[in-house]
Amino acid sequence: MSGGLYSMQSKEFDKTLDLTKVTPYGDTLNDGKVQLSFTLPVPAGAEATEAAKQLLKKMGFDNPQVVFFKELTPGYTFFNCYGNATHSVDFTSIYVPKVESDVMSMEEIDSYIKENIGRPLVVIGASTGTDAHTVGIDAIMNMKGYAGHFGLERYEMIEAHNLGSQVLNEDFIAKAIELKADALLVSQTVTQKDVHIQNMIELVELLEAEGLRDKVILVSGGPRVSHELAKELGYDAGFGMNSYADDVGSYIAQEFVRRAKK
Amino acid sequence: MQSKLGLDFKRVEHARSLAASIASSVQTFVDEYTTVAVERTLCRLLGIDGIDSNEVPLPNIIVDELKDKGVLSQGSIFYIANTIVQTGFTPQEIAEKVSDGSLDITKLPISNEKEIAAAIEPIVQSSIARITERRNRREEYIKNIGEGSKPYLYVIVATGNIYEDVVQAEAAARQGADIIAVIRTTGQSLLDYVPYGATTEGFGGTFATQENFRIMRSALDKVGEEVGRYIRLCNYCSGLCMPEIAVMGAFEGLDVMLNDALYGILFRDINMQRTMVDQYFSRIINGFAGVIINTGEDNYLTTADAFEEAHTVLASDFINEQLALLAGLPEEQMGLGHAFEMDPDQENGFLYELSQAQMIREIFPKAPLKYMPPTKFMTGNIFKGHIQDALFNIAGIWTQQGIQLLGMPTEAIHTPFMSDRYLSIENARYIFNNMKNLGDEVEFKEGGLIRNRAKDVLENSIETLSRIDQEGLFNALELGLFGDVKRAKNGGKGLAGVTAKGENYLNPFIKLMKGE
Repeated sequence: MSGGLYSMQSKEFDKTLDLTKVTPYGDTLNDGKVQLSFTLPVPAGAEATEAAKQLLKKMGFDNPQVVFFKELTPGYTFFNCYGNATHSVDFTSIYVPKVESDVMSMEEIDSYIKENIGRPLVVIGASTGTDAHTVGIDAIMNMKGYAGHFGLERYEMIEAHNLGSQVLNEDFIAKAIELKADALLVSQTVTQKDVHIQNMIELVELLEAEGLRDKVILVSGGPRVSHELAKELGYDAGFGMNSYADDVGSYIAQEFVRRAKK
Repeated sequence: MQSKLGLDFKRVEHARSLAASIASSVQTFVDEYTTVAVERTLCRLLGIDGIDSNEVPLPNIIVDELKDKGVLSQGSIFYIANTIVQTGFTPQEIAEKVSDGSLDITKLPISNEKEIAAAIEPIVQSSIARITERRNRREEYIKNIGEGSKPYLYVIVATGNIYEDVVQAEAAARQGADIIAVIRTTGQSLLDYVPYGATTEGFGGTFATQENFRIMRSALDKVGEEVGRYIRLCNYCSGLCMPEIAVMGAFEGLDVMLNDALYGILFRDINMQRTMVDQYFSRIINGFAGVIINTGEDNYLTTADAFEEAHTVLASDFINEQLALLAGLPEEQMGLGHAFEMDPDQENGFLYELSQAQMIREIFPKAPLKYMPPTKFMTGNIFKGHIQDALFNIAGIWTQQGIQLLGMPTEAIHTPFMSDRYLSIENARYIFNNMKNLGDEVEFKEGGLIRNRAKDVLENSIETLSRIDQEGLFNALELGLFGDVKRAKNGGKGLAGVTAKGENYLNPFIKLMKGE
């Protein structure tokens, strides 16, 4: 199946780094090496392996190799493959919108709020819609926090209210009004069939209908949420994987001050 | 039994007696109340099924009618039995007539007690026989074609489409799975009715319906015969329809049910009074139907720290054991929950996990313990995740858990692909076979890290149980003793569906199913 333990393939390509033509790296610059795995709905055999290779070619891989296959159940075959990417991207021309704020520590955020705002910011958060997962909102808000970053509940100058999971957008807004929230945090973990997007859009529409959209800082987060997606859906900021309470707290505090100056 | 951990079983018995006291004071409350879900369950046990033109299930029509007329406290059996005496209709005919508005069962003359009991008796008996037959069928199957060895390999399917779920489940069974759990669609736990018929649309899971149960059970029977192993089917007897799902599962031959009120209270914000009453009857049904229940203690560790809060898991297991015993559910059907959820960066984390797994094994020797894989610290790094799952599998075989919920390398990314399930099953089978008798060869050093950990967790759980015993379980939940989550006694969803039992209230199934 495999091409042998050691690749005898010639390496006659330019081995210098050109950021305008970036391609994957295995063990030599510009070798283009990619590993991938997938299942095809066909029985195992020579034809299945050939089908996998042809698919790799169509995906833009040279030298397609099927290194392992296994029929998972009759009519479905799983493949582990390697190939050399023939495409490249221009890294120098990439622009990704990011949350524009300096990340501060909990203590720095507290003193920043004291100095620049003079009262605690009211932040409410929830996992909204049918989403039952609290892991995201808990990581940001709960006292204990996550991975060594304390949650917003521990911040002296943030009055944090974690409403938990499966909170309806209507109830979320009602609570925002009741508590006079400065910022709203929406966590979305379940993303099957893009259910999170419909739910996120609905909240923006409801806020607009209530005339509240511009009065609050609206932030979303979750493993499949990016700042770009959040902006597209009408949010002020989005926090994806590897974001913590201090990222969110820094943004909210600085954005609040930015708006107050306008 | 010789403890490999040097556990002091006198302390274990002390913990158990505290839990028994907690459970019995909950039971004093539960005995006085019924709920809309319990009453709908009784309608189903009398043979009422189907939906109206707006897709409202007929059991809901009957129970809503009683609730609207302010007579729910007398219970559905009383009114249906009385209507049978007065009209001679069957329960299904009665439901249809209530549904089309041609019959008001609350306005009929009331027959005497004897006539009412006599009218209902044959219907109750045939329902009991139907469930008994289903239970015998499972036992025959296991006797004839056999079953996998413990720990059972448990995997989930969650496509949203019951027919696609079947394809995934068959593949998993062929790869070695022993239990297939069909994850429910997001939000079903908060529906106060059970949808009807085969379904093909769901978010992150598939609707639990009686027809979907039937479709999957029959597919698993077939694939079980093919692979020469009985394949168990698991669903979720939790949320606002606990006992209804239990009875549907009992009718359709489900084998395992998640069934834990504490989980619903803490993680779905279901009202504690409602779900405790619902849980009692659902556990009676599960016990009678031979269904293994799974409890949800593992979830505490997704919100609270797995090292610091391990004793809350053990305390809750003790309470769940006692609540299950009160419902007549035998220890052999108690899949008490716990989990492998410590931070992978914790030094000696595996030793602590091993200690706790061995401790729970020794404290509940007959229970088919449900052991949950790492989820909280799964990151999207599928390669590391596969190794985290391997460590979990080592702890599982070493300490002889009952049900091993297989972790997926793609946890935290998507519901499992067919290939994810294959990789996980391969991982577990490799380790289970390679380390099969490791536990028989090893006991733990006196005064060592592992023994001390078990002792500490047990002592802390005794402290927690004492506090809950003093406070009462409901107050303890208000104080946030589990999972760092606080819930109010009169808060949460479903409280409006709770009512005290009236003077005519009847539920003959409780005694029959508990064998009293």
